[in-house]
Amino acid sequence: MTAPWYRRLADGLSKSRERLGGQLNILLRRGPDLDEEFWADLEDVLIASDMGVTAVTELVGRLRDSAARHALPDAEAVLAHLAEEIAEEFVSHSGTTDLLDDPITLLVVGVNGTGKTTTVGKLAKQAVDSGRRVLLGSADTFRAAALEQLDVWAERAGVPVVRRDRGADPAAVVFDALGEARRLDSELVLIDTAGRLHTSADLMRELQKVKRVAEKESHLPVRIMLVMDATTGQNGLVQAREFDAALGVDSIALTKLDGTAKGGIAVAIARELGIPIARIGFGEGIDDLRPFDPRDFSHALIGDTER
Amino acid sequence: MFQNLSDRLQGIFKNLTGKGRLSEADVDAAMREIRLALLEADVNFQVVKSFVAAVRERAVGAEVTASLTPGQTVVGIVLDEMTSLLGGSNARLTMSSRVPNVIMLVGLQGSGKTTACGKLANLLRKEGRRPLMVACDVYRPAAIDQLEALGRELDIPVYRGQGSDPVHIAAEGVKQAVATMRDVVIVDTAGRLHIDEEMMDEAARIKSAVRPDQVIMVVDAMTGQDAVTAASVFAERVDFDGVLISKLDGDARGGAALSVKSVTGKPIIFASVGEKLDALEPFHPDRMAKRILGMGDVVTLIEKAQETLDEQAVTEAEERLRKGDLTLDDFLGQLRQIKKMGGIASLLQMMPGAGRMKGAVPEVDERQLDRIAAIIQSMTAEERSKPQVINGSRRERIATGAGVTVFDVNQLLKQFAQTRKLVKQFQKQGGGKGRGKFGLPPGMQPPFGM
Repeated sequence: MTAPWYRRLADGLSKSRERLGGQLNILLRRGPDLDEEFWADLEDVLIASDMGVTAVTELVGRLRDSAARHALPDAEAVLAHLAEEIAEEFVSHSGTTDLLDDPITLLVVGVNGTGKTTTVGKLAKQAVDSGRRVLLGSADTFRAAALEQLDVWAERAGVPVVRRDRGADPAAVVFDALGEARRLDSELVLIDTAGRLHTSADLMRELQKVKRVAEKESHLPVRIMLVMDATTGQNGLVQAREFDAALGVDSIALTKLDGTAKGGIAVAIARELGIPIARIGFGEGIDDLRPFDPRDFSHALIGDTER
Repeated sequence: MFQNLSDRLQGIFKNLTGKGRLSEADVDAAMREIRLALLEADVNFQVVKSFVAAVRERAVGAEVTASLTPGQTVVGIVLDEMTSLLGGSNARLTMSSRVPNVIMLVGLQGSGKTTACGKLANLLRKEGRRPLMVACDVYRPAAIDQLEALGRELDIPVYRGQGSDPVHIAAEGVKQAVATMRDVVIVDTAGRLHIDEEMMDEAARIKSAVRPDQVIMVVDAMTGQDAVTAASVFAERVDFDGVLISKLDGDARGGAALSVKSVTGKPIIFASVGEKLDALEPFHPDRMAKRILGMGDVVTLIEKAQETLDEQAVTEAEERLRKGDLTLDDFLGQLRQIKKMGGIASLLQMMPGAGRMKGAVPEVDERQLDRIAAIIQSMTAEERSKPQVINGSRRERIATGAGVTVFDVNQLLKQFAQTRKLVKQFQKQGGGKGRGKFGLPPGMQPPFGM
């Protein structure tokens, strides 16, 4: 097939490269009219954020209703309303206190390549900087050099790390780490685990065992953090669902938001599973992991970054 | 949650029985479903628009023949368009006569470049080449150690170089290959964000320093709508030659593959399908099209079966199956075949409609299979072919032999009796008419071209 249409698309995209930073802001640059085209564009922008077509259709439908009911005058009013609606999906699920301020043992889990080790490193550094006693456990005994990678972060943060050789039983590492944590009276224990696809029943069982051991050995409450890459598409919802079913996920860290991906899948996850987002990642620097603000996130999601 | 596109279209067209040509109204209803299916599979929304328009053009006025339902006709057009868009005939890695050949890997952070580097080196060695891997990721902590560990595991050399300039390391790596008589160099680069000007510039500089024969972009199969943005910037700044789709062993539908191919026009060459270092396969556009549409990967399933099944054993078992006298030995044989093919979980994933089955089928405990095998192995030959002779004391003996309880043995025998009954029913109903080569029940038959 010669398909000239994808050429056109490619050209269009390269022309739009200048606006990659705060891109897709077609909604704000268009006129204030609430015509059919506006609603279609709005749907596109939301779909492009990876929120998922089901959530988008429902959200836009509801928005059209309230636009009529509350006589929202123009596009700007609708967008402000929309940002509030999206933020509300998160607000209703997030507690008033930050989970990570409490003394806990945190198991950091997720599929391959989402940034688990990096997130653990940054969390460690931030906790140390605020004066807490932190211990790292390296339960990723599968990926080549994962141990070394965590060592580097431990050194940067100046915290002890408990590890065994590559190929060791991750549950055994957790056992060791939590014994050491009791001895050192640690206030935050961060356990890095190997990336695994949620479809691998064996590896998910391994993780359940790790959690059981942690709950038995930890002198602190055990919590689960799922690390998710903001570029993830609809499979992110499946990931969250499966990890939650296997372990009970307490919070999500949404990483790699420094790119052009909007991380809309987090909205779909909040809607279905009600798991709060604890942190968002913006880059490779140690300070590029920040608390999550539902309103900022919602505005960024619809391309309204000026606010 | 995900529904097979053919099922969806079947629903839409169920009132349309007459033959003739598809009207615009028929087609429009179908296009809405196709759009949904593609968006759920993470195909970029702009790509979806153009794709649906192209399909619509072909579908309106398409003739509905006697042999296909309107739904099948439309699915056929969709599959056909998508397959050709994904690459038509399979693309291959183009090597040149230059020694050494240089392959450079690029991509976003966490897409799986380093692992892909190891897998690619392994694949090329199988083809008789002598690869050298060059570690140019000087940024991520221990990335170089990771490549070295992979190198040790594979027994393939790794060049790690001096200093912190990846451009220099890459160039030195190629010299090292010449000096050590390696005929292909694979350059692993750091993950980089497409909007990071400095890093994109660095990738371009590595490229001009080593003048690679092929630049491969590694793309995570789970990527969403943003795949097109990243890929088009990489295409513009680094101008890669082909794509490797990683993490296809999960259950992501992989619409990113279609998006990336559409906007860059670059062929998809490899698919990474597992954690093991030999889990790298050539990319098959037709299979990917079916996967994106949620129609299962039946070809891979059948291929896997052909690879592992013992032809004669299958023929014999099929013969007995046809007669309806299944034995426990057949049962055991099937268990072994399943194990050889990677376990039930991996087979289920390739089934059409597996997405829907997920909730319906209880989680498969692979250890349960071992237990069943142990029970059957604790039986005598007579007991296996005529389970009705198994009385109370035999049950106890079998249970002790297999290290299970009598209850487990009873359960197996009960299951077996039920299966036998089912097989007999099948015989009566269809006379084996709907059964395919490997005894897949009718519902699991591939919809097309098999």
